[in-house]
Order: sequence, then structure tokens, then C-alpha cells
Amino acid sequence: MQWELNTDKPVYLQLVEQIQAGIISGIYKAGDKLPSVRELATEATVSPNTMQRAMTELERHGLVYANRTSGRFITSDENLIKKLKKQHITEITRDYLDRMELLGLQLDETISFITEVSESNNNKNSV
Amino acid sequence: MSVILECKSLTKKFGSTAALMDLNLTLERGRIIGLLGPNGSGKTTLIKLINGLLVPNEGSLKINGIEPGVESKKIVSYLPERTYLPDWMKVSDTINFFKDFYADFDEKKAYEMLKHLNLDANKRLKALSKGTKEKVQLILVMSRNADLYCLDEPIGGVDPAARDYILNTIITNYNENACVIISTHLIADIENVLDEVIFIKEGHLKLHASVDEIREKEGKSIDSLFREVFRC
Repeated sequence: MQWELNTDKPVYLQLVEQIQAGIISGIYKAGDKLPSVRELATEATVSPNTMQRAMTELERHGLVYANRTSGRFITSDENLIKKLKKQHITEITRDYLDRMELLGLQLDETISFITEVSESNNNKNSV
Repeated sequence: MSVILECKSLTKKFGSTAALMDLNLTLERGRIIGLLGPNGSGKTTLIKLINGLLVPNEGSLKINGIEPGVESKKIVSYLPERTYLPDWMKVSDTINFFKDFYADFDEKKAYEMLKHLNLDANKRLKALSKGTKEKVQLILVMSRNADLYCLDEPIGGVDPAARDYILNTIITNYNENACVIISTHLIADIENVLDEVIFIKEGHLKLHASVDEIREKEGKSIDSLFREVFRC
């Protein structure tokens, strides 16, 4: 997985977000075994303590569970993943709408703008 | 968690200048800690005190409850600023050298890391580039199963790819029983790897806190905070 960490937010929160994004986008599938904390930490170039904290946080949300003998797994609860995905999409959309509002656009203007841009994108792709 | 390093009112003077002034500091095992400060702030002085290369004027310093000396050197692995290994030695000689000196040296681990770097152990240090020599030295230091690692500017002279290698070496060799101190002024490069940071300024302790705590509270990176605290 590609890790992109900025430096303003707590590292563990960014790790949680990126693993969540990985689960939503299907990089990590329901029931998948996760690499060890040390492997993940090396991959992301972060302290193993920070990766551990991110795992604890994900466990708390039920997205990841630890099996004493065989390691850590992504939840097999598809509904939970669906819920997470919806929550994530809602956040992004809400954020986008807020920004459009700041630019002085009405909701119907924003919606027609989305249609316009996605159509011109489609045309570009088909050419 | 248990304490690995404890400094109480630690003071080191060179003539009339105080390199460290009344420093109180407690470090725990299992942490990766950045020792940060501008040039001449006292970083190397502290590391040399930990390694018994300097003696404090006042105050005390204890490693796992013991004063710096033969016993403490058994559990402290030290990477100095400059390489000290003789040029005529082969890489394999340096490994034997460390094996002789330190009971906790893991020869197998050292060779594994060398192999990972595609480094020929039969080469003499003379034939290696400066960056490669630094990597060899880091491999030696990290191949010990020490309780405290003191790395003085390990990323100062190397390119970004080598820097990543060094950080990865530190992470893969991490164990929860040991503490790693990394002194540097290249903060942005390593701050994601650190659990805690120590800021020292003109020999005084300015700050000792966890990285995520700082980011949460201040909403900024350690690098920006450093620039603020140490504005010239």
C-alpha cells in the first residue's frame, strides 16, 4: 500500500484514515490478514508504536480484530465496511458542498456543474 | 514502562561556557526519540555524557540505574558523528571487531543487513564511499541487542534513498525493550518515525513531549514548531 503522510496531523490518525481508505477501496478485503505491525511500520516509515496505536484505534472501531495466535485481520462484517464507506463518502461530499457554498454557489448550480464537468470528462476519455 | 535513562540537574561546562545546564530528563524503554536542537545546542555533549566520553561537572546521569562506565557500555550502542574504524579494515574485520568487543553483537544480523545492501564483506573500508561507510557503521551499531541506542546525526551526510534505508533499519530493529535516541537537525526527514522529541536550546531543555501530542495540541509539525522555538 502507498502511504502518504503529511506532518500537521497526528501520525496515528493519518494511519487510521489511510487503512480505512484501503478497506473502503478494497485494497484490504473483508477477512484479509494484515501484515505485522513491524512490517506495516517499515512500509510506512513510522515508529512501530505509532502503527500499534493505529491498530488499537481500528480495533476499537471494530474494523480490525486481533486473533491471539494468528495475527490481525480485517473485519468480515461487510455491513460495517459499507457503513464506513457511506460515512466516508458523506464526509467528502459535505466538505465539497461546504467549499462550493463558500465560493457562493447554490446547491442546484453545484449539481449542474458536477454534471457538466463529468460529461466533458467522459467526452475527453472517449476521444 | 521502565526507565532507561535518567538525568538529574546534569551540567557540563567547557571553561566558562555551559554546554548543558541543569538538565532533567527521564527516558523510557520502547521509544524512538529525536534529540533536536540547532548547531551547538548541546546534543552531542549529552550523547557523549551518556557514553562516558565526557564527565559531568554537576548532577547525575544514570543508564538503567548505573553510572556511565564499563557496565553501561555493555548495554549502550553508540553511533558517533564521525567514523572511527581504520580504513585498512575489511568489512568482515569490523564485524569481528564488534564481536570481540560486545557480547550482545549479533553477527548473523549484521551479515543479513550487509547482504540486503549488496555489500561485499571482503571489501576494505578504504574502497567504500563515505555514505556506504556510514551505512556499514550503522549496521554494526544496530546489530547489537542493546538497551539504549545513541545515534549522533545518522542521516546527516547521506542521500534521501540512504536516509530511507537508515530509518527502515532503525524501525526493523526496533524492540520494545530498547530506546533509540536520534540526534539531528534534519527534523522534517525523520519526524514521522519518532515517538517523542526533545528540544534543547543553548544547553537547556526546552521541551520533551510525544510527537502526536504536539501535533494534536499545536496543530503543526515538529519541524514548524522547531522553527518557532529556535527562530534566529
